Amino acid sequence: MEQTEKAVNTKTNFRVKTRKSLLTPKNVPYVFIAPAFLLILIFTVYPVISSFILSFQEVRGLEKSFVGFANYSRLFQDPVFYKSLLNTFQILIVQVPIMLFLSLLIAVGLHSSMLKGKAFFRISYFMPAITALVAASIVFMILLDEHFGLVNYLLSFVGIEPIPWLTTPFWAKVSVILVMTWRWTGYNMVIFLAGLQNIPSDLYEAASIDGASKVKQFFMITIPQLKPVFIFTVVMSTIGTLQLFDEPFILTQGGPNNATMTITLYLYEAGFKFFDFGYASAIAYVLVIITAIISWVQMKLVGDE
Amino acid sequence: MIHSKKLSTKIGIYCLLIAGVLLSIAPFYWMLVGSTLPSGEIFRLPPKLLPGDYLAKNFQSLNESLGFAKIFWNSLFIALVYTLVSTLISSMAGYAFAKFTFKGKNLFFFIILCTLMIPSQVTLIPLFEMMVTFNWLNTYQAIILPTLASPFAIYLMRQNMKSVPDSIIEASRVDGAGELKIFFTVILPVTRPAMAAVAIFLFMSQWNSLLWPLITLNSKEMFTLPVALSSLIGMARIDYGQLMLGTTLSTVPIMIFFLLLQKHFISGILGGAVKE
Repeated sequence: MEQTEKAVNTKTNFRVKTRKSLLTPKNVPYVFIAPAFLLILIFTVYPVISSFILSFQEVRGLEKSFVGFANYSRLFQDPVFYKSLLNTFQILIVQVPIMLFLSLLIAVGLHSSMLKGKAFFRISYFMPAITALVAASIVFMILLDEHFGLVNYLLSFVGIEPIPWLTTPFWAKVSVILVMTWRWTGYNMVIFLAGLQNIPSDLYEAASIDGASKVKQFFMITIPQLKPVFIFTVVMSTIGTLQLFDEPFILTQGGPNNATMTITLYLYEAGFKFFDFGYASAIAYVLVIITAIISWVQMKLVGDE
Repeated sequence: MIHSKKLSTKIGIYCLLIAGVLLSIAPFYWMLVGSTLPSGEIFRLPPKLLPGDYLAKNFQSLNESLGFAKIFWNSLFIALVYTLVSTLISSMAGYAFAKFTFKGKNLFFFIILCTLMIPSQVTLIPLFEMMVTFNWLNTYQAIILPTLASPFAIYLMRQNMKSVPDSIIEASRVDGAGELKIFFTVILPVTRPAMAAVAIFLFMSQWNSLLWPLITLNSKEMFTLPVALSSLIGMARIDYGQLMLGTTLSTVPIMIFFLLLQKHFISGILGGAVKE
């Protein structure tokens, strides 16, 4: 008797406690988003606004003064900035298509031919994607050494003269593209592979019955079905390349003769080598605008079809 | 006839795929071998393709120039704390956005989505000024706090929390469970795979991050691995043996985890881009 009463008591106590608890279904969502949202306000929203204001200011030590569009007009007369834009776009236009083509090729190879050891291939190809860009760049810096690098040594067997990978403007860009391609091809391949596996097999069966060849099936079924995956990888690779920093910073420090200077590397130099905060902020906002335009165009292309 | 043609295409595909695998893996092998060779041996023709006996010596000089144990600890501590807290707060926010209706919900979510679209480089200069004002340069919190609330992680957790049936939440409420208890004992257990993927994504992005730590850390004993490695390259005479060893030691732990947890790892690094 006493025991049951005790049990009932604890139960009601527990109920009362929950009812009194500070968290109610009404306020709980605010409490739950508060930590994340406050952090975003302080460490993202405020800096984004502050950076916009800074881009119209000149910063000298602790003094800040408004200079209107001076930073922007200086930017548009700055040959190094133009060069960094041009380099970034050259790398983008060459690297992204080559990499995605390779990724698709490997994914199709792995998917189509009922291979044994598919898991082994998938893991091996994905390995580069787990390395730090810094680590990848260091290893390639050594592999690509003009006089003693393994790559030139291997090329010498097929009669190719030593290539000045890191010391001439053209080859320095090629080197950056090589490292990026090595690092990201497997990553995109796994995305394509998953996309291929999600295509309903009855589409192919129907096409086979209609007598469509394998090649025709590839272009009539596989490519259109992969379109969303394709767009995703293009958008992600484009955004990533626009923010390119680690590889040129380690491999070539932006050289030779600014041939691998990228937008983010130039921003870093303006901000943290020369402490020209206003100018660096203007560079950052140009990057924002470019990213916005490209994302918008890519979204538009998707939306139209 | 047709059969042999099929077989030869199959062999051809195999050969190409294996060549690709070699290209993907060879740099790792080269890195491992290089970490056991002295600087001079790494740059020798013909190249040495078998491990040498210089590993201990390289470790000694790496320790002398960097204080390697402390740097490894810095990277590990930062990445672990960051991953734990960030996973928790993005799960909380994701849960609120997925399972509650409240005033301002759409506005809050819109702001978070906007920050997802903006290149993070924009925040560098004001964040640096902030760290100077708080006197936080060369501290762990300077590395951890600015990206602690990851909009991407919040978005992913929201997507995953959406598939949790409302009925089990309602049932727990009827049973008298408090909101915190529901979150920790009902919601989190069922979203564990998503949390694992998000945690791996966050851990990798912090472990590999270079630009922000490079800006905020300038005293050697606070360096993270990527910053320390990049500082070795800046030296007047680069010791490639210790550089290769440092690179190896920052990569191998991740490689082991990857091989143990491949599935989680791949979906984590792809950030939920792939549903399998």
